Amino acid sequence: SGSGSNRIEKILVANRGEIACRIMRTANRLGIRTVAVYSDADRNSLHVKSADEAVRIGPPPARSSYLSASSILEAAARTGAQVTPLSGSGIFSECLVSENRYGFLSESAEFAQLCESKGLIFIGPPASAIRDMGDKSASKRIMGAAGVPLVPGYHGNEQDVDMMKLEADKIGYPVLIKPTHGGGGKGMRIVQSPDEFVESFLGAQREAAASFGVNTILLEKYITQPRHIEVQIFGDKHGNVLHLFERDCSVQRRHQKIIEEAPAPNISDDFRSHLGQAAVSAAKAVGYHNAGTVEFIVEHPVTEMIVGQDLVEWQIRVANGERLPISQSEVPLSGHAFEARIYAENVPKGFLPATGVLYHYHHVPVSSTVRVETGVEQGDTVSMHYDPMIAKLVVWGENRAAALVKLKDSLSKFQVAGLPTNINFLQKLANHWAFEGGKVETHFIEHYKDDLFVDPSNSVLAKEAYDAARFSATLVAACIIKKEHSTLKENIPGTNGLLSVWYSSPPFRINHFASSTVELEWENEYDISSSKLLTLLLTYKPDGSYLIETKENGYPGLEVKAEELGEHEFRVEVDGVIMDVRLAVYLKDQTKHIHIWHGSHHHHFKQKVGLELSDEDESQHKPSFEASSHPKGTAVAPMAGLVVKVLVKDGTKVEEGQPILVLEAMKMEHVVKAPSTGYVHGLQLTTGQQVSDGSVLFRVKISGCNAVLSRNAYMITEHMMEFDDSDSEKLCLADVTSKLVVNTKLSE
Amino acid sequence: SSTSWRSSITMAAIHTRDYSFAVLPDAVDRTSEAFSHNSKSMDALISDLQSHINKVLAGGGPEAVKRNRSRNKLLPRERIDRLLDPGASFLELSQLAGHELYDESLPSGGIITGIGPVHGKLCMFMANDPTVKGGTYFPITVKKHLRAQEIAAECKLPCIYLVDSGGAFLPKQAEVFPDKDNFGRIFYNQAVMSAEGIPQVALVLGSCTAGGAYIPSMADESVMIKGNGTIFLAGPPLVKAATGEEISAEDLGGASVHCKLSGVSDYFAQDELHGLALGRNIIKNLHTAGQGHLQSGRRNRNIEYEEPLYDARELRSIAPADHKQQFDIRSIIARIVDGSEFDEFKKLYGTTLVTGFARIFGQPVGIIGNNGILFSESALKGAHFVELCAQRNIPLVFLQNITGFMVGSRSEASGIAKAGAKVVMAVSCAKVPKVTIIVGGSYGAGNYAMCGRAYSPNFLFLWPNARVSVMGGAQAAGVLSQIEKSSKKKQGIKWSKEEEEAFKAKVVEAYEREGNPYYSTARLWDDGVIDPADTRNVIGLSISASLNRAPEDTKFGVFRM
Repeated sequence: SGSGSNRIEKILVANRGEIACRIMRTANRLGIRTVAVYSDADRNSLHVKSADEAVRIGPPPARSSYLSASSILEAAARTGAQVTPLSGSGIFSECLVSENRYGFLSESAEFAQLCESKGLIFIGPPASAIRDMGDKSASKRIMGAAGVPLVPGYHGNEQDVDMMKLEADKIGYPVLIKPTHGGGGKGMRIVQSPDEFVESFLGAQREAAASFGVNTILLEKYITQPRHIEVQIFGDKHGNVLHLFERDCSVQRRHQKIIEEAPAPNISDDFRSHLGQAAVSAAKAVGYHNAGTVEFIVEHPVTEMIVGQDLVEWQIRVANGERLPISQSEVPLSGHAFEARIYAENVPKGFLPATGVLYHYHHVPVSSTVRVETGVEQGDTVSMHYDPMIAKLVVWGENRAAALVKLKDSLSKFQVAGLPTNINFLQKLANHWAFEGGKVETHFIEHYKDDLFVDPSNSVLAKEAYDAARFSATLVAACIIKKEHSTLKENIPGTNGLLSVWYSSPPFRINHFASSTVELEWENEYDISSSKLLTLLLTYKPDGSYLIETKENGYPGLEVKAEELGEHEFRVEVDGVIMDVRLAVYLKDQTKHIHIWHGSHHHHFKQKVGLELSDEDESQHKPSFEASSHPKGTAVAPMAGLVVKVLVKDGTKVEEGQPILVLEAMKMEHVVKAPSTGYVHGLQLTTGQQVSDGSVLFRVKISGCNAVLSRNAYMITEHMMEFDDSDSEKLCLADVTSKLVVNTKLSE
Repeated sequence: SSTSWRSSITMAAIHTRDYSFAVLPDAVDRTSEAFSHNSKSMDALISDLQSHINKVLAGGGPEAVKRNRSRNKLLPRERIDRLLDPGASFLELSQLAGHELYDESLPSGGIITGIGPVHGKLCMFMANDPTVKGGTYFPITVKKHLRAQEIAAECKLPCIYLVDSGGAFLPKQAEVFPDKDNFGRIFYNQAVMSAEGIPQVALVLGSCTAGGAYIPSMADESVMIKGNGTIFLAGPPLVKAATGEEISAEDLGGASVHCKLSGVSDYFAQDELHGLALGRNIIKNLHTAGQGHLQSGRRNRNIEYEEPLYDARELRSIAPADHKQQFDIRSIIARIVDGSEFDEFKKLYGTTLVTGFARIFGQPVGIIGNNGILFSESALKGAHFVELCAQRNIPLVFLQNITGFMVGSRSEASGIAKAGAKVVMAVSCAKVPKVTIIVGGSYGAGNYAMCGRAYSPNFLFLWPNARVSVMGGAQAAGVLSQIEKSSKKKQGIKWSKEEEEAFKAKVVEAYEREGNPYYSTARLWDDGVIDPADTRNVIGLSISASLNRAPEDTKFGVFRM
């Protein structure tokens, strides 16, 4: 079995990003050639570079590229035809399609069927199993039959909105609306009360259709304190199915996991084995082979780490018709693994996906116990077309505590600059006492939000954060001045270095020390509104060190000596303490951005540049740090996106909080609501129009003179995001529309 | 063939060996009583210097500085720092101009001047200090401004005027306005330098009233800052008095008016930082191709050089506390030249004058230093050495510690006046950069022969222990009391011993006061008082600035033979 001429020699990876890269790595190791597919947005991306061949499959939207079965099959045909068979058998149809995550093609039963009909091997479960388990309703039934306890809900085919509403009423609120296909939280909504149901339901349908091509919906009782545990199962074509233990993926935001770990903490061995067996029976019930979970989302790394196996290799071997290499009793359970998902996202804005350029990307060094699964490189753009994940950071330790130490260390060494990320947030999570104690559940973030988000009004924490930033600013000042000098030394202005005497270090002054003012605008990741200008006075000392003082009273000056180790690496001595410091510097929007990492700290500063811009038009030169403060009642786009629906006409009288238009970005819908009561003004958008991040969408002009200062809004609320009412007054008083803090509300 | 085996291996060593015989010995006994005595005495002088400097660095005082900041204006030195290339050095001139010169204090003479690089081009900066008497021009302010322009013209340095001045200080108009080297000369110099192709750039960072309005107007290019910069011949009060028109300063002569309507200014700046950035841009865009006289004479320079072998800070312990004591000038040379290497010329002849070749920051220089009183031989040797350097375009460094020429019948008979004239002729006519440092006394004709202020060295700096006068106080007292005594004798007036001593003491006191380095530097008889430890840096920067122009041919006058 599994031998002979039809072994897999070449696979087409029908995915992108870090998953595609991960699959190709194993394929390379096994000597299997790889074909990448790419949309126009991904032409220069890492997964394309990592493949032996790559085929363009369409424009950026996933629907027209990665979700297009015909394009992918055509790509398989084209690359298959171009390759000379090695075996001489004349059959080289083994262009194979691997599976993927976001409900791209891996969960499409039709696609698996299509592959089979074209004589391609689909690396993944058989079409029938996908149909049964990919359809969540069907899988719920099967699981019920296999004895897995189920949450009350509606899993029927009848999808009429009124009928669904009745079902929801029957289940009782809060109710979870969930597309039957797909995963990753896309299209999911929590409905708190009957009157919200219809809008949410229709939105979920639209999103499901856009993301998965199928718009059927199931309803479930929304459980307020569940844990999300997945069991890794594996089956071969010979009827063998085994499990590789479970993972806990409870720590989520926006219904997407951000930290997972294996094995799940705080469960008994009995329960563990019960879980495993239930999953195996469910898999057997649907004739399952290849890797999968009961939720059908294939997430390998933490499981791979604790069982010491390459599951991509297993998938290929199973597809080759081989038997599983080990039996259930031979599956080891060794140590503990964590995976932290590094996303480009705006944590204080309710974890909204972020886009931008990875101006600096330098992850922790990998080893046998630290893995980084990434699909991007420095200089790449995280676009709005796909999931904004940057990397999965995976660490292993002898036990949970040891693995956690490693996780914290690795996070602190994970450097991303250019767009907001959740790294600092992940650090906070990892350091939280409840997380350390393994007290994970899906509402963990909501539950501990007071610890995880810095409340700007907490003066003790604010001062702590500010002091840390000030210290970082001191290090930054020393490093950039040091760098300035070494750059000068290598490239002295003027002719042939004849002026080098003017660029000595330290710079010469008659009868006093030269000094330099360094102004750094601190970008407080957790409190956008409190960005603060730090003015540092740096005095050059004759021994090459710097005396750095802030203009505030009460802070003593620091004696700092910086030594340059590499392009952006420094060794800095501050009052006798020596530490490693790393900087990232890039220009964006006429502003110089400087990031610093030292110890477990990461800070982001901005510096004015572009003053050379000259124009007699007085309006053109704006101090770059002034937050653009729109007039009250202005709604601006929280992120770049597509207008999918405009609900009212320009000039309409609206109530505060009334939905005005719907934006789609990152395949998530965002309802933009009226920031105040009044008349909509300047709403020129039409369906299908693209809006850029921060652009003004419309204004609501307050009617009458007794305008009520109420929720002054940025903003959208999305199904799982709302303003925290307690903030609204303060925000209004501040009258800064672009600085709203959105808190996540997962449930009441 | 015996040398071939080592030639490839030890080029560096051989190269060093070429020079090693010329390395000056340390020659300083750090354990001696004199050493510690000298150090103590110099330390006291340096601490005086530091306290004077700290005062002028504070500008016009906390109140004025605060007012300045409230208008979003930087202090003049901060403005210069932001114009300079980041991390570049700045050779500030005459920091203590105006020191105890007037009834009121006038820190830095009300204007900061100096040289530094912008986009790799050396520039002369002239920055009014608005915190000092509103940036108005006292007589010494004018003198300092003109001195900076003189250096700029000599060294072909682009001029950057940071204008923030109320114009002439009216109560002293008689000393500021009418004479040749008064206020009007500033604009004359601008015109003449511009004609020569030396760029004139003005940044209007504050008021530019009346005569001051001509600084930006005469400039090749000018920048104005919105809100703060104003240019007008008459301010709002005068306009109202003259014509009845009521108008704000900004509407009368602000940046908008002059950049949009009048064309008096060329670049509109939103704020001071923007304006300074525009100033840097103007310098970046300068171009001097084809202008031979503006081409740098910095050639034949070693990019690699060694620091002196001995600690520069020991320069603070060499000059004797007692001015009457002699010291070996070579111990200073050893602490300012590359690798302490000094190839002495005519070492055995005219030994009271030390001459020789060395390098400072890689730049070849000819050094002339005093080791005692000048005799005919030493003067002839000096003239010869200056001729050598002039012929070879080697910059000259004078280290002055000179009481004068030898007097007496034998000396006169040897033609010492003629010998002195030769060296004065040579020094005057040699068209090479000259930098003079007065490390001790500078008296009488010795000052002339050693390129004192009247001989237009490109730069002249004093150590804090320096003394400059026509002769020593005691000698002057002796001469003057002799004359007084014979005059009194003629009139039949008796002069008691006490009266004579009192007379002498008064003369000595006056000489002491007027020969003091602060008396000199307050009146701009020099370009500044420096810490001895900075001597090498100051010479290096001065010579580099002096070489910013094409070398010139020297033509000497008639040497009396």
